[in-house]
Amino acid sequence: MKIRPFLLLSVLLASAPAQDAGLQQKLEEGFTTFDQDHDSALSAAEFNALGEYSPKLKGKPQVVDYLFHTLDANRDGKLSHDEYMNIVAISGGAKPAPDKPAIIETQSTAEQIAFFEKKIRPVLAEKCYKCHAEASEKIKGGFVLDTREGIRRGGDSGPGVVPGDLVKSLVIESLHYTNKDMQMPPEKNGGKLPDSVIADFEQWVRMGAPDPREGKASMVKSEWDTENAKNHWAYQPVKQAVVPAVKDSAWPRNDIDRFVLAGLEAKGIKPVGDAQPEALLRRVSFDLTGLPPTPQQVDFFLANHDPQAFERIVDALLKSPRFGERWGRHWLDVARYAESTGKDVNCLLPHAWRYRDYVIESFNKDKPFNEFIREQIAGDLMQAKDSRDRALKQIATGFLAIGSRSLNERSPKQYALDTADEQIDAMSQAVLGLTVACARCHDHKFDPIPQNDYYALAGIFLSTETLYGTAPNFQNLKASTLIELPTDCCLPRMPLMLIPERRAEVEKDLTKAERYGMVQFYATAAKGMLTGKGFDINNDPQKLVMFVGINAKIGECKTELASYDSEGRQKLLAMGVRDYPSTPSSGPPTKPKSVEEAFQIFAGRPAQFSAINDSPLFARGDVEKPGARVQRGFVSVIASKAPSIPSRESGRRELADWLVADTNPLTARVFANRVWHWLFGRGIVSTVDNFGTMGQPPTNPALLDHLALRLQSGGWSMKSLIKEIVMSHAYQLAATHDAKNFEADPENTLVWRMTPRRLDAECIRDAMLAVSGGLNIEAPVGSAVAQQGDGAIGGYPIKSLRAPLSDEPFLTASSDYRSVYLPVPRNAVPDALTVFDFAEPSAVNGSREVTTVPSQALYLLNNDFVAKQAKRFADKVRPLPENQRAAAAFKLAFARAPTASEDKAAQRFFADYPRLDNDVLTSFCRALLGSAEFRSID
Amino acid sequence: MNTRRDFLQTSGVGFGWLAFQALAQAEAGAPLAVKQPHFNATAKRVIFLCMRGAPSHVDTFDYKPKLTAADGKDGRAPGTKLHGSQWKFTPQGNSGLPISELFPHLSKRADDLCLINSMHTELPAHAQSFLKLHTGNSQFVRPSLGAWALYGLGTVNENLPGFVTIAPPSLFGGAQNYGSAFLPAIYQGTRIGVDARPIANAQVRNIAPPVGSIAQRKEIEFVQALNREKLQRDLVNPEVEGAIESFELAFKMQSEMPKVMDLSEETKQTLDAYGIGEGNATDDFGRKCLLARRMVEAGVRFVEVTHSDWDHHFKISKDLPATCEAVDQPIAALLADLQSRDMLKDTLVVWSGEFGRTPHGQGADGRDHNSKGFTAWMAGGGVKGGMRYGSTDELGYEAVEDKMHTHDLHATILHLLGLDHERLTYRYAGRDFRLTDVKGSVAKKIIA
Repeated sequence: MKIRPFLLLSVLLASAPAQDAGLQQKLEEGFTTFDQDHDSALSAAEFNALGEYSPKLKGKPQVVDYLFHTLDANRDGKLSHDEYMNIVAISGGAKPAPDKPAIIETQSTAEQIAFFEKKIRPVLAEKCYKCHAEASEKIKGGFVLDTREGIRRGGDSGPGVVPGDLVKSLVIESLHYTNKDMQMPPEKNGGKLPDSVIADFEQWVRMGAPDPREGKASMVKSEWDTENAKNHWAYQPVKQAVVPAVKDSAWPRNDIDRFVLAGLEAKGIKPVGDAQPEALLRRVSFDLTGLPPTPQQVDFFLANHDPQAFERIVDALLKSPRFGERWGRHWLDVARYAESTGKDVNCLLPHAWRYRDYVIESFNKDKPFNEFIREQIAGDLMQAKDSRDRALKQIATGFLAIGSRSLNERSPKQYALDTADEQIDAMSQAVLGLTVACARCHDHKFDPIPQNDYYALAGIFLSTETLYGTAPNFQNLKASTLIELPTDCCLPRMPLMLIPERRAEVEKDLTKAERYGMVQFYATAAKGMLTGKGFDINNDPQKLVMFVGINAKIGECKTELASYDSEGRQKLLAMGVRDYPSTPSSGPPTKPKSVEEAFQIFAGRPAQFSAINDSPLFARGDVEKPGARVQRGFVSVIASKAPSIPSRESGRRELADWLVADTNPLTARVFANRVWHWLFGRGIVSTVDNFGTMGQPPTNPALLDHLALRLQSGGWSMKSLIKEIVMSHAYQLAATHDAKNFEADPENTLVWRMTPRRLDAECIRDAMLAVSGGLNIEAPVGSAVAQQGDGAIGGYPIKSLRAPLSDEPFLTASSDYRSVYLPVPRNAVPDALTVFDFAEPSAVNGSREVTTVPSQALYLLNNDFVAKQAKRFADKVRPLPENQRAAAAFKLAFARAPTASEDKAAQRFFADYPRLDNDVLTSFCRALLGSAEFRSID
Repeated sequence: MNTRRDFLQTSGVGFGWLAFQALAQAEAGAPLAVKQPHFNATAKRVIFLCMRGAPSHVDTFDYKPKLTAADGKDGRAPGTKLHGSQWKFTPQGNSGLPISELFPHLSKRADDLCLINSMHTELPAHAQSFLKLHTGNSQFVRPSLGAWALYGLGTVNENLPGFVTIAPPSLFGGAQNYGSAFLPAIYQGTRIGVDARPIANAQVRNIAPPVGSIAQRKEIEFVQALNREKLQRDLVNPEVEGAIESFELAFKMQSEMPKVMDLSEETKQTLDAYGIGEGNATDDFGRKCLLARRMVEAGVRFVEVTHSDWDHHFKISKDLPATCEAVDQPIAALLADLQSRDMLKDTLVVWSGEFGRTPHGQGADGRDHNSKGFTAWMAGGGVKGGMRYGSTDELGYEAVEDKMHTHDLHATILHLLGLDHERLTYRYAGRDFRLTDVKGSVAKKIIA
């Protein structure tokens, strides 16, 4: 079999006019053409000129520059012919790189070692060892350079020295004093070294950084100044900045624009022109509802393209129930929503969908964001106006119950702490943009969050009972009950019934299992009495598996019976949390009287974590090392004063109030930033889930605070904030490329244009359904997981202890409903979603990855669902006269007419297509669905 | 004399592509391009034979004569009795490695095997230890060993996925065991089949075109025409460039993948050697092993093959021989096949379960979980053959000498691939992650 190692390259070449064979020659031509002064070498300027003539490099001077320096092996500032031709080798092209290691410890010559000893070591010893050696009192930046290992590994910022690579060697960078955050040696130690010494260091790195200094460098803990980190921007109060004056006063349409334009003008950047109406309509339609505009909407907007018409469209989109399905899904990413527990046993969560529906409804009803957060943390403790409201507030706390969990955890104490940890992690990242959970084992390394804060929060969550359901099985030792909603809450109910025959069967099984359990229990207990050990399931490993089986059987029968009311209808159940009693209940029995009780002792929640109480500080996070109790509280760096938590409550109510207090500097900023991210493809703070010191600073802090304050002063209305942003001029810019702006701000951090974006997985799938006419716009009751009921993926469903529950039906799940209603079991998310970078549902995700990989192309070309939609799409345009079909299809797919050359390509396709066995129109429509434009918004 | 315009029209585009590719190589932006290892590698690729369910080491590759002698005495756990192995161990090959009679075929390859008798891990619970074996972590979602290897080395055949997993289980972490976690999605394993079903008809998802190849080529050309139009309009749009590339790659992958998976190209002799044939106990695993060989031969970097039937709590006297029979001949054939193609020298074959089983019995005819001592073995890829590395105590309870944790196994596998497990890192959420976290040491003694 022929192996083509550099396929990518050959593909690239195949699509370029230059073919493989003639490549060398073409490159030669380039060299002679651009060697203006005929010195048989390309200067930087000549190379830049060449770069300008390449579509791929045009307008990317930093790329050209980088290449130039990479190719310029002898650093003489120009490219000889040989150096230039090396482009083939370093591209992995015609000449594969030699099969030798990149950073092999080459034998340094005696001369090289001598060079090091004479020129380098003395400087290191004199100028650096004081702060960067094993023996230093305080090691700075986690970086030691008194061993070869240490200097190469580097510290907090990256490797100190990369042999042969000046650019990557941070030591070189810091010697040059070009990076103002990293200038070495520091002024107080003599300041910048003479140029000749720096040149020595460069020569040393170029020769491979020969270094005889053996020895292990220990991993050093960085001396992070968390005291200083309290001054970090995100911990400061939100401030209303004065709306800035701008030069081009005609451009802004609202204050957002004034902040944006001020940022641009400060850098001398002019925003590009406005988006075409078709592009704008497509953009706002997907952004607000996740669906493409209909041809009628396109016609309307093209006929009435003015700001009022746009506002009318925005209002209609915000009012549409489709809005909640789109924006609710954004929040579900943040809330790590999923319908199974993931991790080891992966039990289904058949009632999780109620939380999903709660989120969608909240967005549709424009629930104030502060209320929305409050309900998810402490809805069970809030006043309700009626039964429905009571039920919804309880369902909201599902936020704390849907996290991933390890149901097979053997240690009950560990499990209790892990549950609280997961809740702290989700809450702090989702609401505050902080990684508080990093402080479980030690003070936070980078943010001013002491371990004490972590256990102050842990006390709140350890005082909280988490109810998530799941049926017991061989692996699941940690099933819990669920919350029964008021029967008059008027919420939908899964149409599942326990028919009398089945009930009888389960009751019989239960009786049998209990009876058998009793027999075995007493047999073992009796033996235990004789040996003086009493009954402990661990005493008899021979019988452990049998007892696990008995316990599982009893548990699954009870779970099934408890899920239905007396009429056989499935009960109205929900996941969520509630406070533990203020004094410990009796807790698990100490002397078991049945197999079930034995398991409660074995696996049940320990009494110490079954009541309202402060948490001990566990040294290094070790459950076996409890220290002094920490008074329940919040994150001290932003909590002005210690809260007063009633001794009989967990403190979640106070926590919820504190999270959304106007004085909390993070909550409004984090959410406003997320809204911006979801509308522009990039947050003002690009690390949307991390506002701590390891996150990125805001590119436009005044704008961020403006948005945060607008959110707060607008009664925390999510829709108002979204509308204000969407109505801004900034949002309505074209996505046009601009070489000059690109040079100044390649990442578009200041918004000089709209960033072109790949659609989310749900939008792509929903758009296919919408375009094909197959979309069922109704919201289904429940989900495929609810339909399946309790069970473990890859394990055993409740109905039988034998047949395994396959992940296949979930992976291939399909329906004509919107994608937000597809099942989301962890480790078994439908392919249609994962293929386009669905958010990993075990972690908080304010921002999804965007990858472009062959499996997506395979999906678009060959998947049954896509084929079905292509066929429907084709059938929809088929009734039209032949010469109108292409245009109609384009309008449906792209909200625009084809260009002349696209029309020509379409005609060619229709003419050349082998029609014999295939429907040309289906293929045509599939091609539109598979095109890059279909899955992007500009 | 050429004008600049000529250059633009003839080679300007080609130069740009090359330049970009060069940059991608330099910055590892071409994620699957071949990357140089950290140092000289003895192994270029890995076949990981994953024995899910925890094989009984004392009945297979960890010869414990003292256990046999102590048969019937009290075990270390209360109320248990030691069970000596019911199967005979005899010295095999020139090296005289003691291997159980349950592996008559593999015994003939004893001089290729490096038995690691000192494996251990934390928990005697399948799910946690299975995840740990694959990702180094059971608590958090982390990239799989195969994903790390692919990330570190790239792949020599981009027409195929660089990491393939054959018949993985859907429980015990499921897709997490071959996932890429925070590494880019391109590094995740491509799954073929699932453990509970025969591999014979398994295919990669979405690999079969719904229309004939000429029709599909026309369709792709039209998609690409639309994409190029868009690219021209947008001037600069890496996402569209990526889309263009991905369609070409997909097209090639879809023609190459079925070819690799088509065993009909193999001779009857080969099929017989692997024990492939309807009704054979070895048919399914034989196919899996042969697939693995075809994959690595075609340039796949990391292939995992799972056999899921080793959890012998009961009826071990009947079930263990059946499981061994299913895998013995196929594995021996795989080693011989690799050798005959001169590929064993740089293909590392690893055999391991998530842990082992107790030297004492469970009930009359079974063994319970044991994470403190078990056996893995390696062959090829620069590993010493005919060697026993490390050991458990005289009964087989616990690793005592040259202990090898799964972290150490990972470090050693990466080392053989030329990767320093401490340097193979990925920056995510503000810190550098690695497969072995802060642990792992390389078992240098087993390297030839």
